Amino acid sequence: MHISTNLWIWIQALLTLAIFTFLYKDNPLFRMAEHLFVGLATGYGLVVVYKNAFYPNVWVPLFQEKQFIFIIPFVLGLLYLTSAFPKISYMIRWPMAVLLGIGSGLSIPLTIQTYIIEQSKSSILRPPYPDLISWINALILFVGVVSVLVYFYFSIPHDRPGVKQISKVGLFLLMLGFGASFGYTVMARFSLLVGRLDFLLNKWLGIRPF
Amino acid sequence: MSVRDFFIKLSKIDRKYIYLVILIGLIIPLIFPPRFPQKMSPQVKRVFEYIDTLPKGSYVILSADYDPSVAPEVHPMYKAVVKHCILRGVIPIGMTLGVQGAGLALDAFTEAERVLEARRDTDYVFLGYQAGGAVVILGLGEDIKSVYKTDYFGTKTTDIYALKPVKNYRDIALVISFSGSALPATWAVYAYTKYGVKVAAAVTGVSAGDFYPYIQAGQFIGMLAGMKAAAEYEDAVNRILKEKGIGKFSTSAIRMMDANSIGQLLIILFIIIGNIGYFLSRRRK
Amino acid sequence: MRPLLEKKIPLALVFIIGIIMTLQYFVPHPISQTIYDNSLMWNRAIASMAYIMAVVSFLRFHSRRLKDKNYAPYSLVAILSFAAMALIGFIGGTGSDSLFQKMYNNMMVPLQATTFSLLAFYMSSAAYRAFRIRGVEATVLMITAFIIIFGTTTIGNYVPKMNEIVEWIMAVPNLASKRGIMIGVGLGVVATSIKIILGIERNWVGG
Repeated sequence: MHISTNLWIWIQALLTLAIFTFLYKDNPLFRMAEHLFVGLATGYGLVVVYKNAFYPNVWVPLFQEKQFIFIIPFVLGLLYLTSAFPKISYMIRWPMAVLLGIGSGLSIPLTIQTYIIEQSKSSILRPPYPDLISWINALILFVGVVSVLVYFYFSIPHDRPGVKQISKVGLFLLMLGFGASFGYTVMARFSLLVGRLDFLLNKWLGIRPF
Repeated sequence: MSVRDFFIKLSKIDRKYIYLVILIGLIIPLIFPPRFPQKMSPQVKRVFEYIDTLPKGSYVILSADYDPSVAPEVHPMYKAVVKHCILRGVIPIGMTLGVQGAGLALDAFTEAERVLEARRDTDYVFLGYQAGGAVVILGLGEDIKSVYKTDYFGTKTTDIYALKPVKNYRDIALVISFSGSALPATWAVYAYTKYGVKVAAAVTGVSAGDFYPYIQAGQFIGMLAGMKAAAEYEDAVNRILKEKGIGKFSTSAIRMMDANSIGQLLIILFIIIGNIGYFLSRRRK
Repeated sequence: MRPLLEKKIPLALVFIIGIIMTLQYFVPHPISQTIYDNSLMWNRAIASMAYIMAVVSFLRFHSRRLKDKNYAPYSLVAILSFAAMALIGFIGGTGSDSLFQKMYNNMMVPLQATTFSLLAFYMSSAAYRAFRIRGVEATVLMITAFIIIFGTTTIGNYVPKMNEIVEWIMAVPNLASKRGIMIGVGLGVVATSIKIILGIERNWVGG
């Protein structure tokens, strides 16, 4: 066991342990660490956004390259500052409106194509299939997608004959899907904890794997 | 105390004992790793083989759309793919749509410089963060250098040697979105649907199940899902490093996956014990 | 005058810009392409300044809490760490060897990663104390979960056909259920986008 003498490793370890104290109960040490993170993250974001996004996209074109058309997005962006003044904070809706308009407009045709047309195309039965397994898979897929859509269609009562049975099949497949998601989630959550434990044992305490 | 009473009491145990069992269950395999062999799963194989067979000088965009909350799963994947690209003479172009991804991606490229003696702007390019999400993805389809006028370090993209032949997605062989959220879907919507560029996803286990429809529809070429995929990819890259006589292997994901496996088995045990106690207590009533 | 500035102008902007951006997708004319290119540029420019809101609300929230003696020390830590990180980044640079990057790697990353790693404990506790097989649906969910949990371990590699079974579950029944949800989500996204453009959805302008 060779405990690290690197200051940064000790800082990492102490901050990690401070967060872990929450497992016992909420305490001032955990809260300090939490607030430290919030402050660091906000400061980090400010620097990265300024250097990588604001400076090349707004400052340089407007003030160095003298492309004065950029005064419009610059002024719209400055309106975000009005969120600090309740009397005029409604002005943040103007740049938001521009972003919403562009985003919504761009997304409509592409979302229809990606989520509806392509996905529906891939669910349709398209024989012939090379073998029995492919046939079964294609049938399960087709029946599954239709039954899940029927399950989520709440405009017709689900106690009608036919609809009831189909939505039950949909529910069965949904439970299968959620079970699969839960299975992967278990792996994901443990990964995060194992990552921190690996750091504490390996890098901080120097306990190398045997 | 009868066996029934024992199980009923066991199923109501205080949670601090559960935490202790989990801690011990994970620490032991980290100190005494079982070293289970890695076997590449089909989805990981698709992504690996796609990059492995790209001609030298091809370009791959690696978008680090994740943050430290999912780093243990996704960061080893990002590092492994960066190394794989450089080892095969493919030029990775790092970028991120999320502010916190910049630091993590930078860490991966710094490691590639150290391990493979990779040279910035020749063997790899790191563009950094850009605001706008979907709009950035669309902009890359028109002109990458007008979206990223400078790289992360402030160098003009028009002056970067490795980027000279690249204009937009037509010059990109593959885009991989590394994410802990639904951003790979955004790449499918805006990059694949409008511009036809090949996309793959590298995601946490939590969102893995949600992306299978994209793979079957041909919108993704493959997917790396969770720490298991990270360990498999890392193992495959270590084999290439060994082939080339480079001894600096990365084993973080492989080691952590062994401990992870024990933890997952503990969860199965917990659910079984909890339900035995539940059924026995129901019978008693 | 106020309703005009507060609601009507933003709604009009969304309507005009939304319609133009939807229609330009179908128009291959060079003017349409110019509109598309310029709107992407402007979007990036405005989006890069949206972070101002985050900083303003952060500073407002924590400076208000400085007056409350229960929260003052914590908010002071938050504000000081924000100022320190920002100053170090602007003055010292953001390269791989910079203090800025070291603080990111050795303070931010462990803090965030550890906060989320607590979920493993809560999930274990929930699995032990709350996950009960109470019906057919729960049984199906649990059996599938067990197969996937076991199949995604490295021990699962030793079991013949385990990888194939996991891949089949994910690529067929799971895919069917997720695709059904996806198509529903797609319809919802399109409907909401149209409602926003037409001004039917007005939550963002205060209802």
